Formats: sequence, structure tokens, C-alpha cells
Amino acid sequence: MHIPDGFIDVPTSVAFAGIAAAGVALSLKGAKSTLDEKTAPLAGLTATFIFAVQMLNFPVAAGTSGHLLGGALAAILVGPWAASLALTVVLLMQGLLFADGGLTALGLNVFNMSLIGVWVGYASFIAIKKILPKNKSSISIAAFLAGLISVPFAAAGFVLQYAIGGTATFSISQVLTAMLGTHFLIGIGEGVISALAVGAVMASRSDLVYGYKGSQQVLETRVKE
Amino acid sequence: MGERLYIHRHSVVHSLPSHVKIIAVLFFVLVVVSTPITYWPAFVIFLALVIAAATAGKISIFTLSKRALIEVPFILFAVLMPFVGTGERFELGPLNLYRDGLLAGVSIVAKGTLGVLSAVILSTTTTAREILRGLERLRLPTIMVQIASFMLRYVNVISDEMERMKIARESRGFDATGVKHWKVIATSAAALFIRSYERGERVHLAMLSRGFDGELPHTESKSVGAKAWVTALVFPTLALITSLSFKMNG
Repeated sequence: MHIPDGFIDVPTSVAFAGIAAAGVALSLKGAKSTLDEKTAPLAGLTATFIFAVQMLNFPVAAGTSGHLLGGALAAILVGPWAASLALTVVLLMQGLLFADGGLTALGLNVFNMSLIGVWVGYASFIAIKKILPKNKSSISIAAFLAGLISVPFAAAGFVLQYAIGGTATFSISQVLTAMLGTHFLIGIGEGVISALAVGAVMASRSDLVYGYKGSQQVLETRVKE
Repeated sequence: MGERLYIHRHSVVHSLPSHVKIIAVLFFVLVVVSTPITYWPAFVIFLALVIAAATAGKISIFTLSKRALIEVPFILFAVLMPFVGTGERFELGPLNLYRDGLLAGVSIVAKGTLGVLSAVILSTTTTAREILRGLERLRLPTIMVQIASFMLRYVNVISDEMERMKIARESRGFDATGVKHWKVIATSAAALFIRSYERGERVHLAMLSRGFDGELPHTESKSVGAKAWVTALVFPTLALITSLSFKMNG
């Protein structure tokens, strides 16, 4: 669920659009230096994957279901630069084509999901991986915690925006409690699913997991026989 | 995906260049968002403008409203607002409501709805490809446009792939009912990622073998006359005039 038009006031939206644009510009630079001319096809297909996986429903209980947000998962799989770009493009297309997320709120949504979601997820993944022993199951544990942490942080980004320029009448502490509480629960789901998905990719093609070999990894082009 | 949203008609709105339309929609939504809800007649005029634009684009109000349903969760959120909050209260029938909460709730619903409706008009009268071309003309970095065009080109392929995996799961008797089934679905997500990534690699190789060096060939675009801009900007300008006149009188 993305922020619609009119939920956060115009000056705040414009300011965050500026921050988001700067973050995306940095990600473009980073992606170009790590991926070179592969950026477009690989980030493009990652964006497609994120878009598709957000339609994949996970049943929770009593008929309710949730879906993956995918920030931390994408960062672990393809690296934070390409992941931020892919998520930004997903948000842009959702806003322009599906009216999901307001056009004037695009900067706010990009800030929360493409920047905070991806980078907090990736940073916590790297930090946790350092502490744990170097084996494959540590990758899954780190992926779980990265997913778990990234979601409430992205929600905290929203609370920050709300505190600066919210138009609703809920008090900031009410919003903080409600957002962090629900998103902590969502984060548990996100973490479990991210960990299971990363584990499954590790099992068959560990060479594709960017976070497994670290940023030194050279992305190999592999041709199917 | 993008093509399924587009509804082909011959109308003024359809024929406008896409970047002009994107700017017009953005301008309109900015005006709407900047107008305080207390100038409520202005919002009636905004809605009339949206309906006029839809009519000019030959889109039925039914289609428009059906696609706006994406906004429903936020409406539910806004409905709560009059009940929670602080400040002045008043009685409305059996309900005891907060005045500020009610205003803020109405504001969020009104502005959100107008934003959604405007975006829906854009995507029903413009093909996804055209929207991308418009973004390119608005100087969105080329690489972002390329990422987006890959996404649009492959989204049907990938979602069909996902659908096939779903059919494969179900034909083996799988029925996802709760948390204990997450592993199966997460594994599907992983398989989907590997398939997407490998497809990305194949696409990249295919591009390289056709001489790709990081730049996509540019198709030349003809310049846009003043007439198109004037036509497209009629609606946001009317909205701006409405908003400003209420500001002066209000």
C-alpha cells in the first residue's frame, strides 16, 4: 500500500522528491560502476521480478494474505544499487499505470521503499553476516533479519514524513505505534519469506546471490547449453 | 500489462503527446493537493474537470470508477479519522465525531480520489510505451527508461511464468492455506527470480550480439506544437484559477 496524493503536504512531498532523486542518482552511479552495460537488462528483469512477486500472495490465517515487499530480498540478490533502481521503477510504473501511490507522493514512496527499505535491509544483512560464521545457513539467517528490520524502518520513514507534513489528525505517537507495530508483524513475514527465498536460490544458483560473495563478485554471463 | 490498461479510442485526449499529458496530470494533482479542503466547492469543480477530461477521452465513468478501486484501503483508513483524535467534537445523528478528524478524513479521501482518477485517465488514454517515451522526453535518465521498458516488455512473460508455476503447484494437489505453506511459495519466488535473472542474462547476450553498447537507438520525435500544450493545460489551469479564486475570496 503506497502513500496517495494529499496525505502528506506539498512542501514535504517536494523536499522528499528531491532527496529521492539524489538517492536514485547515486544508485545510478553505483549501478553503472558495478554492472556497466548490464544494468538495464538485469535491473529491468529484477524490476519485473519484484512487480510479479508482489502479486504472489502468502496466506496468513483465516483468509487473509500478504505479499512480499521485496526491498531487502532484491538487495541481497542483485546488490543494493540495482535493487534501488528496480524498486524505483516499480513504484514509478505502479503510480503512472495503476494509480497505486500518488504521483505527487512518488518521492515519499521512493524514499521509504527504494532507499530506506533497500539500504537498511542491505546494511543489516552485511552487518549480521559479518557476525555469523561463514557458511550458507548464516546467509539465510542474515536474510531473515534483513527482511525483518527493513520493513519497520521503511514504516519509520513514513512516520518521519508524517511528523513533518502529515495532513491527518492522528497524533504522531499514535501513528508511530500503529505503523511500527503492524510493520513489525509484516516484517516477520517478510523476513521468513526472504530467508526461504534466498535459501532456495542459494541451493541451486548461489553464484547469483550478490550478498553471498560480497561486492567483489563479478557477475558472470552464463549461457544455457 | 500496460497494454491491458490502455483503451483504444480516437479522441483529443488520446492524440495528445504523452509528455504533455504527464505534465498536465502532475500539474492538476499538485493544484488539487495544495487546495485546502475548506474550499469545498473548488473540489466539486475539480471533480467536474476530471469527469470532463474523461468524457473528452471517451472513457466511461464506470471504467474510471472501477480502476479507482485501488484506493479503497486508504478510504477505510480515512473513515476512522473522525472517531480518533483531539479537539472539538460534535454530534452527528448517533455519532460523536471530531471536527478536525472529519475534515482531515474528507480531505484525504477527496484529494486521493482526484489523484487516482487523474492517473487512471492518463493510463487509459496512453499506452505504456508512450508513457515511457514521454518520461524520456521529460529527461528521466535514459537508464531508468531502459529499466522501465524492460519491465514492461517482460512483465507479461514473467507473470505468465508465475501463473504456470501456480498451475503446476495446484495440479499436484497444493492448496495454500496458512503459514506452513510459505516455504513452497517462497521456493516458487526463488525459482521465479532465477528464471527472471537467467532471462535477463539471455536478453543481455542477445543485445550484445546485436551490437548493444549501453545506449538504445533513439527514434526521432517530432516537436510538439503550442496547440497541444494549450489543449492539455486547459484542465490544470482551470483548476488553478478555481483554487486561487477561492483563496482570494476565502
